[in-house]
Amino acid sequence: MDTYYHPHDLGKFADMGKGNPDLWEKFMAYYSAVFAEGALTAREKALIALAVAHAVQCPYCIDAYTQGCLEQGSNEQEMTEAVHVACAIRGGASLVHGVQMRNVAGKLSM
Amino acid sequence: MGRTLAIRRLPLASALTQRQLLEAPAQRPRFCERMADAGLHPLHATGISVLQVNVGKFCNQTCRHCHVDAGPERTEQMSADTAEACIRVLASSSITTVDITGGAPELNPSFRRLVRAARALGRHVIDRCNLTVLTLGPQQDLAEFLATHQVQVVASLPYFQPDQADAQRGEGVFEKSIEGLRKLNALGYGHPGSGLALNLVHNPVGAFLPAPQDSLETRFRRELGQRYGVVFNRLFTITNMPISRFLEFLLDSGNYQGYMDRLASAFNPAAAQAVMCRSTLSVAWDGTLHDCDFNQMLELPLAHGLPRHIRDFQLSTLERRPIVTGNHCFGCTASNGSSCGGATV
Repeated sequence: MDTYYHPHDLGKFADMGKGNPDLWEKFMAYYSAVFAEGALTAREKALIALAVAHAVQCPYCIDAYTQGCLEQGSNEQEMTEAVHVACAIRGGASLVHGVQMRNVAGKLSM
Repeated sequence: MGRTLAIRRLPLASALTQRQLLEAPAQRPRFCERMADAGLHPLHATGISVLQVNVGKFCNQTCRHCHVDAGPERTEQMSADTAEACIRVLASSSITTVDITGGAPELNPSFRRLVRAARALGRHVIDRCNLTVLTLGPQQDLAEFLATHQVQVVASLPYFQPDQADAQRGEGVFEKSIEGLRKLNALGYGHPGSGLALNLVHNPVGAFLPAPQDSLETRFRRELGQRYGVVFNRLFTITNMPISRFLEFLLDSGNYQGYMDRLASAFNPAAAQAVMCRSTLSVAWDGTLHDCDFNQMLELPLAHGLPRHIRDFQLSTLERRPIVTGNHCFGCTASNGSSCGGATV
């Protein structure tokens, strides 16, 4: 079945370095540093990445960080809770804009 | 409980079928090519410090990831004569460690003879235990036997929660495993200073690499301690090998190519340098010799005219032997490495 996103295209990510190797290397060095063990553990960072992947709805990131979380020893409950965090923030972000709606409506209404 | 490939008479029960699949042309580099790039081809042994004795395929469990295709209906068992041949090799060599595996090795009639003899020779003995065997009626004295002979127990427990453990090892296995662990703890196993080492083994419950060993060990220690009051010494992370029933899972779930790509892309030259086959000799239930338990299951014998049976053991010709490798070896060289003693780097 043809589809816009092909899971195997994730393997071509490094091809993005062909247009500008210097920027690619800078990005990858930064990326590696971000995900290294630090004040947060690599496992915690992978769970954050999984949540963000769902917030930005990147299918490649969801594939990569589902596997990444499993390879850091996380389980389905933890990963599901991470997705709920993304969901809550996205939902909350919509709902909190209701304040803008109420401000505007209040101004316009008698 | 699942059933073995052998009893289902599946083509994959054949080691030849497995080898043909593993060695079929693919987009990724072959294992020997990656080893050559790392300056490690051909791979050679550096000595023999461990005699790993696989006493047979009989087991009270049928785990989904089992590379042995072990199970209750398997009848392959090491004979008393072959066990004696292993003991003679120990007596005539300086091999320091005997690593007894299976199947459930404790269910072999020669298991206790092997343990007693190896201990009498002053050798370190490891029992690769599935834990539930400790709860079987006829094995009620097994834990005490292991403690009396100061056998190191290396016990399979893939996760600290029941769902994951049972998904891999069978319904109800986790609960019985905890019962087995408590028996061992009660005898002193896993307690600092007891001299009774209890190490756990984590195999991933699926088609992915194990977590970093140290961080996972910390979580296992916390969770098993808080939830069940269980203590242990070390956690060994072991990568699932694309062999036998785990290979069946990979194929049935559509994960085979992705998993092999993952293993190959995570090839680590430092892990390749530290593979356990370089310091281990593996003996099968029928006495045949192999470079490791995985080669044994793939029916890959020792190479280049070397002795093929334990009765023909000759340290001088075996300790620097060339090692037979294949694409399945990517399992031991991926990421942090994998061995019977866990991560290697």
